[in-house]
Amino acid sequence: MNNSIRVNCTKKNLKLIRDFVVEYLQTYALSDIMTNQIVLAVDEICANLIIHANHENPDKFIHLAIKKQKEMLVFEISDNGLAFQRSKYKEPNIEENIRMGKKGGVGIALVNRIMDKVEFETNDTQNVCVLYKKIK
Amino acid sequence: MKITQEIKDNTIVMTLDGELDASSSVILDEELSDPKIMEYTKILVDCENLNYISSAGLGVFISHLQRFEDAQIKLIFYNMQDKVRNVFEILGLDLLMTIVSDYEEARTVSNE
Repeated sequence: MNNSIRVNCTKKNLKLIRDFVVEYLQTYALSDIMTNQIVLAVDEICANLIIHANHENPDKFIHLAIKKQKEMLVFEISDNGLAFQRSKYKEPNIEENIRMGKKGGVGIALVNRIMDKVEFETNDTQNVCVLYKKIK
Repeated sequence: MKITQEIKDNTIVMTLDGELDASSSVILDEELSDPKIMEYTKILVDCENLNYISSAGLGVFISHLQRFEDAQIKLIFYNMQDKVRNVFEILGLDLLMTIVSDYEEARTVSNE
């Protein structure tokens, strides 16, 4: 089974990535809600990489590889853009966002709540985000 | 993402068809930013064919909610698919926004 995909950094490619994840997950016959949550978490990371880390530069690429390790699905998303600084990350206060009319800042919160483990690594110029999701 | 609007007296029925992601949610933001929308008192959002929403789509609704509340415009979602409702629930947005089961209930709640 093809388990990796590489796309250039335009927002239109998010749909391609989601379709790829849905197709990969078909084997596992997960519930609609579980499938959607996993697709969403991967989409959120990829959107951040495309928009914030690579400024939608179509000459840049992101790469997603999926594998299964025992009971875990592992999603490895890599790019060569600006690294995500986890130490600067703050969990959003949704009510505050509503009051302020704030548009962004809830994507990583979704990822953290959906996934069992989220890792960010940077080696030289490459950044790798690894998402782990336990499935039955 | 295809958005259609139907005007009924003081109500806009907005039908969302497709996926709201970082790419397509820009269209929704434009629709909700249209000053004409402030002339109505109710915005009923039909989510039956909304197959996906990411944080970008949620963010558009989050960013307009207070403005609508201040103008006493009711924003009500109905016919939402379970998997989409689940995304609202993960962030607790189901408690901060009005999500009802169908059009009839949306009409009823909007008249309260």
